[in-house]
Amino acid sequence: MPKKPTTLDEVPQPSSVAAVPAKPSDGTAWSVKQAWMERTYEPAVARRPERSDEFMTVSGRPVEALYTADDLTARGVELDADVAMPGEYPFTRGVHPTGHRGKLWTMRQFAGFGTAEDTNQRFKRLLANGQTGLSVAFDHPTLVGLDSDDDLARGEVGRQGVAIDSLEDMETLFDGIALDGVTTSMTINHPACVLLAMYAALAQKQGIDPSVISGTIQNDVLKEFIAQKTFVYPPRGAMRIMGDIIEWCTETLPRWNWVSVSGYHIREAGSTAAQELAFTLRDGMEYVELGLERGLAVDAFAPRLSFFFNAHNDLFEEVAKYRAARQLWAQTMRERYGARNPRSWWLRFHTQTAGVSLLGQQPRNNVMRVTLQALAAVLGGTQSLHTNSLDETIALPTEENAIIALRTQQVIAHESGAANTVDPLGGSYFVEALTADLADEARDYFDKIDSMGGMVAAIEEGFPQREIQEAAYRYQMEIEEQRRLIVGQNAHTTDYGEPIEYLYIDDSAEGQQVERLAGLKDRRDDQAVRVALDALHAAAAGEANVMPRIMDAAHAYATVGEICGTMRDVFGEYRETPIF
Amino acid sequence: MAAQRIRVIIAKPGLDGHDRGAKVVARALRDAGMEVIYLGLRQTPEMIVQGAVQEDADIIGLSIHSGAHNYIVPRILDLLEEEGAGDIKVLVGGIIPERDIEALSERGVGAIFLPGTTTTEIIEYIRQAVGGRAT
Repeated sequence: MPKKPTTLDEVPQPSSVAAVPAKPSDGTAWSVKQAWMERTYEPAVARRPERSDEFMTVSGRPVEALYTADDLTARGVELDADVAMPGEYPFTRGVHPTGHRGKLWTMRQFAGFGTAEDTNQRFKRLLANGQTGLSVAFDHPTLVGLDSDDDLARGEVGRQGVAIDSLEDMETLFDGIALDGVTTSMTINHPACVLLAMYAALAQKQGIDPSVISGTIQNDVLKEFIAQKTFVYPPRGAMRIMGDIIEWCTETLPRWNWVSVSGYHIREAGSTAAQELAFTLRDGMEYVELGLERGLAVDAFAPRLSFFFNAHNDLFEEVAKYRAARQLWAQTMRERYGARNPRSWWLRFHTQTAGVSLLGQQPRNNVMRVTLQALAAVLGGTQSLHTNSLDETIALPTEENAIIALRTQQVIAHESGAANTVDPLGGSYFVEALTADLADEARDYFDKIDSMGGMVAAIEEGFPQREIQEAAYRYQMEIEEQRRLIVGQNAHTTDYGEPIEYLYIDDSAEGQQVERLAGLKDRRDDQAVRVALDALHAAAAGEANVMPRIMDAAHAYATVGEICGTMRDVFGEYRETPIF
Repeated sequence: MAAQRIRVIIAKPGLDGHDRGAKVVARALRDAGMEVIYLGLRQTPEMIVQGAVQEDADIIGLSIHSGAHNYIVPRILDLLEEEGAGDIKVLVGGIIPERDIEALSERGVGAIFLPGTTTTEIIEYIRQAVGGRAT
């Protein structure tokens, strides 16, 4: 907000306006911005310096005092071609002509802890509170393909998500919830093939044809090596399974989003906005190329590819990131891969607010951070949104804090006006300039990664990993050198209020789950399990698609650990070389 | 004679892969002149203690976001005692609920650093805790 001038000195003087001629002596047009800088801005700064020598985004991108049409001209931005209109190529302003006027985003709060019963109850409460989609958080053993009774799972069963060992646990998780009446997002990656097969098997048991079920598996196997680090298989094995999933979903689960290409974790690992954008889209391109290698027509599978981005504190940079992502993806799909179906050009995305931005200090302030971040996602045209709870840095959310997070979205939806018009920040010189800059930076990364031989090769060289580590360290040092102020951390540090209450998860889930698993292993037909796992082994070692074999194994009540272990025997197990 | 450098083991026990904090801290300690050995992900208590004893570490820094600290940390403290290496200070960073902080401190953890801690605070803590060494 402009400050009201307090002395006559600070009011631009008419004489100084007249001092700058309309045209320079060589006859070229003056830049309007440059003229303003010389005439008004620089004298003002000379009289009173700005409050900092450097202004920068959360990503460390320098920000100028003012953006005008000149900044778009300098970047070669053509508003008609590059920005265009909502619902029209290249979709910078949105994939839907009506934006959030037609339909609000899906408010999809990620939930899961303890046993399948615990999470089932929370699902039912969230549905009753107006949530429109389910999202499953799995515990760490499940995320890395281990059973609850594995030695390495000790202390982690049901801790940060729900423990799922078999189809029986899936039956409990969705008890009383018809799978044709909800959309379900499952946040799981290398073992995604197993959990998806179990979900489809559960649909069959509910009497529902899997072809009508709808939802998303994260299944972004490459970003596991870059950021999230819940890998199981080495890149080559992971990509083999990925190819099988693309083929199987295209034929059998046409309404399923078989990948949510995720920048979220890349950003959480400390990347800049441009790195999040570039590495995520380049991972997506690698999956498209895999589908093409499998002989699928690009328009047969690309429409089911979706994205998942972070929403950090810098509202304008984040909005620009989503806009640049839509533009880049549309251009890439059309130009590079020859897609003809507009749905293949659409970048649809889920957003989660930045867990990494939240503090343990003065935790109530996190509600304001989440609000800004959620607003950025909405202004950027997200299709679905998870808002973090204020207690995220301390524990899993309490019921109350989870509701505050959901209500934050509802306030933005119904009270802020942000959902009343399409792409409200489109045409802002600043946002359009940022959009162009982020897209350019991403294109440079694409070129670099292409020259390395693609994303798998770049990952093997440690390239994206190193870039992110550098950015993470730079950010931390900016905070420690007071170049970046964070309320409650290095500014305004006086604490207030009573300590907040948080959810405490006791160890009982682990014991219950291990017991339940032992019971299942007693009851099931071991011979049927053996036959199914042998068939899976043969498929993995050969060329047959593993997905139908995993589904058979799920029906036989083979466990996640047994199914993943069978494929580990064939594809090997990934070990990271630690670098810092 | 040059003072011996402080030797620090940094590790991520358990299955969680959130290693940003561990790596930023590892690098900051190295830049502060300490000898840092980063063991990496999915380290069992046995692997960590073995590493610390072999490397003659002064400090073990554990980064835990998985909620498994009540199992992992006491196990490491016990193993250190068994190895006669109880003088190695154990620090924990990550997501640790308050009621566990008290219990872990009583159990003998040197310090627990929550999200929002600066690397400067950690460096200062280590220098004081180890004491008597130049860096």
